[in-house]
Amino acid sequence: MRYSGLKVITEGLFGNKGWKPAWRTPDPKPEYDAIIIGGGGHGLSTAYYLAKNHGFTNIAVLEKGYLGSGNIGRNTTIVRANYFLPGNSEFYSHSLKLWEGLEADLNYNVMHSQRGLINLFHSDGQRDAFARRGNSMINQGDDAILLDREGVREHLPYLDFEQTRFPIYGGLLHPRGGTARHDAVAWGYARAADRRGVDLIQNCEVTGIDVENGVVRGVQTTRGSIRAKKVAIVVAGRSSQVAAMAGMRLPIESHVLQAFVTEGLKPVINHVVSFGMGHFYISQSDKGGLVFGGDIDFYASYASRGNLPMVEHVMEAGMTLMPMIGRARVLRSWGGIMDMTPDGSPIIDRTDISGLFIDCGWNYGGFKAVPASGWCMAHLMATGESHPVAEKFKLNRFATGHILDEEGTGSQHNLH
Amino acid sequence: MRLNCPHCGPRDRREFYYYGAAAYLDRPSPDAPAQAWDDYLHNRDNPAGMTQDLWYHEQGCTAWLKVTRNTVTHEIIAVDAVATPKASGGMA
Ligand SMILES: Cc1cc2nc3c(=O)[nH]c(=O)nc-3n(C[C@H](O)[C@H](O)[C@H](O)COP(=O)(O)OP(=O)(O)OC[C@H]3O[C@@H](n4cnc5c(N)ncnc54)[C@H](O)[C@@H]3O)c2cc1C
Ligand SMILES: [Zn+2]
Repeated sequence: MRYSGLKVITEGLFGNKGWKPAWRTPDPKPEYDAIIIGGGGHGLSTAYYLAKNHGFTNIAVLEKGYLGSGNIGRNTTIVRANYFLPGNSEFYSHSLKLWEGLEADLNYNVMHSQRGLINLFHSDGQRDAFARRGNSMINQGDDAILLDREGVREHLPYLDFEQTRFPIYGGLLHPRGGTARHDAVAWGYARAADRRGVDLIQNCEVTGIDVENGVVRGVQTTRGSIRAKKVAIVVAGRSSQVAAMAGMRLPIESHVLQAFVTEGLKPVINHVVSFGMGHFYISQSDKGGLVFGGDIDFYASYASRGNLPMVEHVMEAGMTLMPMIGRARVLRSWGGIMDMTPDGSPIIDRTDISGLFIDCGWNYGGFKAVPASGWCMAHLMATGESHPVAEKFKLNRFATGHILDEEGTGSQHNLH
Repeated sequence: MRLNCPHCGPRDRREFYYYGAAAYLDRPSPDAPAQAWDDYLHNRDNPAGMTQDLWYHEQGCTAWLKVTRNTVTHEIIAVDAVATPKASGGMA
């Protein structure tokens, strides 16, 4: 069923009785041409582009819980293309272009809102670094505007500009940056993949990966064994466990990242604002809640909840930056498990096992990457070659020294 | 989350700096093959469950501590002082 304005009106007139489930609930077949392990954003987009761009017709996505139960439904929805390093820059640029056509492509409203992202800076040195980043964004073909303090004030008059610790010197505005509705991205890709015949199999946990003589043969699951010619591991925070099923040890440490939302308020924050020095960022959802967060909790964790010190730290940073939010009441906080790499950049690559591919290491920035990651992973699985915009995301780059350390913080997993 | 420092007693998580897996203690020798250094610096078991990792009591006794804990429940099982550096190098 195609969604359209006309469909909404006619369904409204006739009691909304004609809507069908957005996707089927098939049982697993004995064999697929390609199996994607993990029904998060990246797994679903990989399946969709395998079908759409490469003509695969016999694909399954195996998800241990329900679709969107992982980080894709837990993130703070920021979409941007403001990376600096060659390797990252072209990839996120490609992703943002896919975002801009995504709703039409998927026939689904993902509420992509290019409301502008402002990264604040607080010293002369930081201004230089942001000017340099902005130039690299412009060289990549994306947009960036360096704002001085008065320029920031025009956009964000409610900030405390004179705070003693980090007075605001200016900001880097990325007008095409913004947000999208996270669940809708999962649902939109799921529905579009299903419409192209992809089997989305929920409550199906992969418990083993079958490898014979260095070639992948299929997977063991809680719903039986399934054969496959190609298998992709796309499980974000659980990458180490699933890769271990194929005897691999990954350059990943899993960490918990928390986020928070307040009660719904009238529109007050129009942009995405990030206050890196305070480890705080914020936007306002279309429902009115202020959605905000900070850094990871910093210790390895698989608990989908964090600890109070980081809650306190994020609240303090928010109050420092914009005291006006002090009377908003926090409704909820939660956590998600982040697959942190030693350079903060992702991995989209084949493995030493023929037919087995891996897409992981998204740290806390994998939401914006959902379209391009699926696009490039599908390209790799279908053609055997890395897509040009993802060719630096190699699994062995730590061994060869070709690291992509965007923040320049060194090889400690939790510092990215 | 509280860590029971062997020197200072139970202290709030905020006093400690987390470094990473206790595998950091098994530093390869300087002439070890590149593969050993890659494993040491980058690759991790990353268990969901029991793990051992290194914490530094930054705002206390400044000792390095080996913490045994559960990454799923955040339960702390044991906190031990890291022994004196090993002959092969140990912690810097
Ligand atoms: C609080 C928070 C805020 C964030 N904010 C942003 C942001 O503003 N911008 C941004 O770009 N990124 C952000 N991120 C990061 C982003 O959400 C993730 O990088 C991204 O969602 C990870 O990819 P995914 O969607 O495929 O992961 P997931 O949705 O976690 O998908 C992985 C799936 O694999 C499944 N799985 C695991 N093991 C198995 C198995 N054995 N068998 C079958 N299935 C399995 C899981 O159940 C899960 O559904 C944030 C993350 C968090 C937690
Ligand atoms: Zn101590």
